[in-house]
Amino acid sequence: MTTKTVFAGFGGQGVLMMGFLLALTAMRQGKNVTYLPSYGAEVRGGTANCTVVVSDEEIASPVASSPDCAVVMNNPSLLKFVNVVRPGGTILLNSTLVHAPVNRPDVTVVSLPVSDLAHELGEDRSANVVMMGALAEAMNIVSITDIKEALAETGLGKKPKVLELNRRALEVGAEKARQALNKEKKA
Amino acid sequence: MTKRLMRGNHVLGEAAVLAGCRYYFGYPITPQNEVPEYLSGRLLDVGGTFVQAESELASVNMVIGASMAGARVMTSSSSPGVSLKQEGISYLAGLELPAVIGNMMRGGPGLGNIAPSQSDYFQATRGGGHGDYRCIVLAPASCQELCDMTFRAFDLADKYRNPVMILGDGMIGQMMEPVEFPAAVDLATLPVKDWALTGAKGRPSRTILSLLLDPKVLENHNYKLVRKYDAVTRSETDWETHLTEDARLVVVAFGTSARIAKGAIKRVREMGLKVGLLRPKTLWPFPSQPLEELTRVVRHLLVFEMNTGQMVEDVRMAVKGQADVNFYGRPGGVVPTPEDLAHQISHYYYGAHLDEDGGSKDRLVGGLS
Repeated sequence: MTTKTVFAGFGGQGVLMMGFLLALTAMRQGKNVTYLPSYGAEVRGGTANCTVVVSDEEIASPVASSPDCAVVMNNPSLLKFVNVVRPGGTILLNSTLVHAPVNRPDVTVVSLPVSDLAHELGEDRSANVVMMGALAEAMNIVSITDIKEALAETGLGKKPKVLELNRRALEVGAEKARQALNKEKKA
Repeated sequence: MTKRLMRGNHVLGEAAVLAGCRYYFGYPITPQNEVPEYLSGRLLDVGGTFVQAESELASVNMVIGASMAGARVMTSSSSPGVSLKQEGISYLAGLELPAVIGNMMRGGPGLGNIAPSQSDYFQATRGGGHGDYRCIVLAPASCQELCDMTFRAFDLADKYRNPVMILGDGMIGQMMEPVEFPAAVDLATLPVKDWALTGAKGRPSRTILSLLLDPKVLENHNYKLVRKYDAVTRSETDWETHLTEDARLVVVAFGTSARIAKGAIKRVREMGLKVGLLRPKTLWPFPSQPLEELTRVVRHLLVFEMNTGQMVEDVRMAVKGQADVNFYGRPGGVVPTPEDLAHQISHYYYGAHLDEDGGSKDRLVGGLS
């Protein structure tokens, strides 16, 4: 199976970190992975994005023309990626910052206020990790447990205190996504 | 050995250090900036020297100096910067000095853009600078292969006393993939360079000269280089074939476009189309002989490049009219998808009636029969 995920948001939201964390976790599970960041003429406060492909097979192209999943952290990113997600795919939204409607009845939309949730956790910067918890719950790529183990290898887990916070953030994201997905199923 | 998730440009830097590179001279340019970024710190760990020079021209001349002194040395850049280094690369070839040059190609000509492209195939494989010479050119298609080819590049450079170019693109440089690094090369175990300028104390002095004013002397030097290039062609030509056994159509592609081609071939195979891939791993020397041999059974080739058609000329020369050679490419930094290429493949495949019995052997679209 091959799953392509696009992560997009403001520079500074940890968008590239999310992609790296997914790629690292999947690599540790023995999967083939590619991680491709947007690069070049970006401006401070502008948009950043990256594409991660996880597969059991050799990966042909690290570019995702029609990703299975888009993780959208701000409004401009929604405009950019809302129409490229493949039919039947998934869009994960940071509803604290994204207010525009998603006119895609053919995709699953998981809308979570991850910036607010991070604030409640006492660390605004952990919004990306909260979202990673939601991604693990919504997509069958890597599990929360796998991500928790991989965290220790990144800057998100260097200090025990930060590692603990980020593990907690993952759990919160997963729990909220589970509730959101159940609600969508009932509706 | 454990796998590390690393960006291609960092892989090039790490592999160079492990392969014994102790000197790096460069000048920044996107999309290869992470090579000097990485080496500016990493070379210090091994007692090496990193210089961000004032220009590409200065950096390649520093490479000449370090190479003359016998060191394993590298520079890297991207398309416009590699153009600026060409004078020095010509000197390296003329002086028979080993050096490794990384080129993470971007869209051109001119300043172009910073997106991945394969626009410098001609420049890389035809020498690039002035004079009658060749660079050995290696074309990695993944971060792991970039690592392995970096080791090979340093060995080939020393073995043949010739510049070796690693020809990647913005995608190979920016992409992260899992990589397993081989053990570090022990510099003490490498063959002694009995030509290097190391100080003449206790031995006759040596000279390395580029100016050979007497035409007869230079002619002899040119022929000596040709004999060397012939030896490289005989021994070092490298390529990969993929699903060619039953193929009626073979895609020829290198680097990033070869991995896109594999994705496209997987798609068309699922539809029952008999399509394979030949991927040159050395662009010079070019795998002309295996291509020519392939045309005994496959009469239809589709060359796929991220440019407007450069390697296709080498393919046409290799097959000597014995196969129908088509081309598909996207220039300017556009990266086609496997779906795009799959569409082109099936268009060609059905257009040449390759789905019919005996289709591959007897019928050519527009040429011989």
